[in-house]
Amino acid sequence: MTLVNEPMNRTDNAKKYCRFKKNGIKYIDYKDANFLLKFVNEQGKILPRRLTGTSAKYQRRVTQAIKRARLIAILPYVTDSLK
Amino acid sequence: MRNYETVFILTPVLSDDQMKDAVGKFKKILTDNGAEIINDESWGLKKLAYPINHKKTGFYQLFEYKAEPTLVDVLETEIRRDEKVMRFLTTVLDKHAVAYNEKRKGGAFNKKKEGKEEAKA
Repeated sequence: MTLVNEPMNRTDNAKKYCRFKKNGIKYIDYKDANFLLKFVNEQGKILPRRLTGTSAKYQRRVTQAIKRARLIAILPYVTDSLK
Repeated sequence: MRNYETVFILTPVLSDDQMKDAVGKFKKILTDNGAEIINDESWGLKKLAYPINHKKTGFYQLFEYKAEPTLVDVLETEIRRDEKVMRFLTTVLDKHAVAYNEKRKGGAFNKKKEGKEEAKA
């Protein structure tokens, strides 16, 4: 036991980044189910920004794309085993 | 003139000819009213993520076109009147979306294209 804060493992604690900003993706296609699957959990719920690291701007677009995909039955609204 | 994209799902009980007729009808509405069709994709019979009208599959059809905003209403009214269409979605395309669709049409998305084709198959 030390009183000094121990250094944290950098690999475990890598800073999250917005993949759209990093890769220059400008448009999120609601027709691409495989890509949208990265932003939902097993139940088909949209993952929060604090987990994916997406910037606010692109999170809005992800949300819009997922909702459109749900409407045309490309993604489910509710499910138990998506992955 | 703006760019739009309409996806609609036809019921799976139709024969191939009936499906082509329905698609042709909507295409005619677009072209007759001065729309310029940029892309026309038929994804074929696809499994739905959840049942719609007690159906588990549907024929997907996509139109990408350039038209006056008033035409969208005309098209959607016709789609609503048609009982063969189970679901439809029209979206406005911004400049990034147009660029993306251009690349998608050209097959530039190798990784994404594969996913698409798997979904189609």
